[in-house]
Amino acid sequence: MGLPQAKIDATEARLAGVSLPEGAGWATKAREAALARVRQMGLPSGRDEYWKFTRPDDLLSPTAPEAALFATTGKPVFSDIDRIRLVFRDGVFDPDASDDPAEAGLEIARLADITGLDMHWASGFYGELEAAAHDPVPRPFAALNTAVATDGVAIRATGRAKRPVSLVYLHEKTNSDAVLHFLVRVEPGAEVTVLENGPAAARFNKVMEVDVADGGAFHHVRAQGRDHERRAVTHIFARLGEASTFKSFTLTANGVLTRNEAFITFTGDNATAHIAGAALGDGNFHHDDTVFVTHDAVACESRQVFKKVLRNGAVGTFQGKILVKSGAQKTDGYQISQALLLDEDAQFLAKPELEIYADDVACSHGSTSGAIDETALFYLRSRGLPKSQAQDLLVLAFLAEAIEEIEDEEIAADILTRLDGWLSRRRKG
Amino acid sequence: MLEIRNLNVKLEEEDKQILKGVDLTVEAGNVHAIMGPNGSGKSTLSYVLSGRGGYEVTGGSATLEGADILEMDPEERAAAGLFLAFQYPVEIPGVGNMTFLRTALNAQRVARGEDEISAADFLKLIREKAKTLKIDADMLKRPVNVGFSGGEKKRNEILQMAVLEPKMCILDETDSGLDVDAMKLVSDGVNALRDEGRAFLVITHYQRLLDHIVPDVVHIMADGRIVKSGGPELALEVEKNGYTDILAEVA
Repeated sequence: MGLPQAKIDATEARLAGVSLPEGAGWATKAREAALARVRQMGLPSGRDEYWKFTRPDDLLSPTAPEAALFATTGKPVFSDIDRIRLVFRDGVFDPDASDDPAEAGLEIARLADITGLDMHWASGFYGELEAAAHDPVPRPFAALNTAVATDGVAIRATGRAKRPVSLVYLHEKTNSDAVLHFLVRVEPGAEVTVLENGPAAARFNKVMEVDVADGGAFHHVRAQGRDHERRAVTHIFARLGEASTFKSFTLTANGVLTRNEAFITFTGDNATAHIAGAALGDGNFHHDDTVFVTHDAVACESRQVFKKVLRNGAVGTFQGKILVKSGAQKTDGYQISQALLLDEDAQFLAKPELEIYADDVACSHGSTSGAIDETALFYLRSRGLPKSQAQDLLVLAFLAEAIEEIEDEEIAADILTRLDGWLSRRRKG
Repeated sequence: MLEIRNLNVKLEEEDKQILKGVDLTVEAGNVHAIMGPNGSGKSTLSYVLSGRGGYEVTGGSATLEGADILEMDPEERAAAGLFLAFQYPVEIPGVGNMTFLRTALNAQRVARGEDEISAADFLKLIREKAKTLKIDADMLKRPVNVGFSGGEKKRNEILQMAVLEPKMCILDETDSGLDVDAMKLVSDGVNALRDEGRAFLVITHYQRLLDHIVPDVVHIMADGRIVKSGGPELALEVEKNGYTDILAEVA
């Protein structure tokens, strides 16, 4: 079926100034194929089923809309965590600002340094999971990323990595347009934690392809940077082997536009995938979580826990799906998306979906939006807490189920500190 | 301690008068009980005194040690020494019981212009109070009231009362949902707090709680007023004959 002419025109307009990077070695074929995919599916428009809640316009413009830099005070998130820092300035890896990536149980390499090497584990993997993630819902910005990504890193866990790999994204130019692509391979029984923090750029397109082999474990915690005017579309594609573990948590506070997509597929039995998010928006803030979990193996457990706190015109959207294929018996699927609307100007749009072709499964989903519970607020105030403090405590209580998905206590405590900071900066006294 | 004069209260949202001239004086050191049939306004009285929204005071006054409490926010009333033990304590996921109690205690102290309690002193205080109420370390660590049984929730209310040391304690149907042993434990907790400088207002449907927390004065409330007051024997009369005779007598 051909694309509508308007979509073809819009796609070509976006691609007009785009060229594939030179000397991409074994990635060249994957990049060309990805560009062909973009042309085949076309870039999104507001008419597309999965872009009805979120306008893609700012992601389609040939150059990034300006985003003012945001001066933060105090130590950035994860500062006190013992980690291997890989620093990117407006989407360009800065080896001088980064830590030595040599670490027991890990192989870390910049994509540009490995695409010329034959026989590298990453060859053949670049773009593989992205390419497989467009059915039934196309994710053209991910294909665009695979085609044009200018930097990125391949991480291979061969054992239990002691320290997390910490991707630090600095935003230093008001018109930067960063496209980063990451490859993560967790070998059988290996384990790695990947942290991400920072706004990255005025506009950021990120793909992370994660392949977790049998018995492997991948932990992911990110905080998306407080720059108010930044825009981001991020994708995580994961393929999970037998008895593997995947856990991802995202904190998003501020940002005019964020779309976080996750596409997770169980290919081995008895695996676990938890994906959670806490988003805090005040004013010009649009946050979109689009999640697609496919159960194609027996006795796997998936959890989607997304919480949004919105006020003053902020908009939150959630599109989450659990697809259980016919052989995926004993599936345990759970999905919850909730918004706490702190005033009447905030908006939450949700589209929870279940599609089940197996008959012996337990799947549940729920979606709610509501205001602060007046009874709970009164309870706290009757114990002496001032109204604003009581309200903040109830916000933290609301987010608790998502925060609890962070396994590492030190990291969870750090994230809580960030939440608390965001709330206290907005406390009315 | 607590002086209520001709208190008239209606629902904010609808034209429904709930309290129709309540007069009540509770002296320091005393325990007063309020009994009455469903819908007589007992719980409303406790909510209005502690500052819950949704009610409109249309007349009368309520003072705590001479200070007009009806003009205060709930947190100001708490700092002034008022405490309401809830009939249905609220669950607060993600907030540890102990953290919550320390936050509340310090908020009250700050509001009164006192220093915050140190972490070490607080730990000592709460361990001592929790022990008498048979509240273990696990219950202190768990999120406020989350997954607590009915009895645990009520014990937790009394623990809060013991830690916050209010002057005027209002217990709203604290006996509801309690088995005999839990009622004994809760009552012992309350009795341990009875003190010259402290007063209690115990709202209950049943006389049995008053076997454990023996009141100085019993009031019968009906249709938004206190219709009869007396000694502990009044509660026994209710238990035996119900409210019908008393209501007929005062009608």
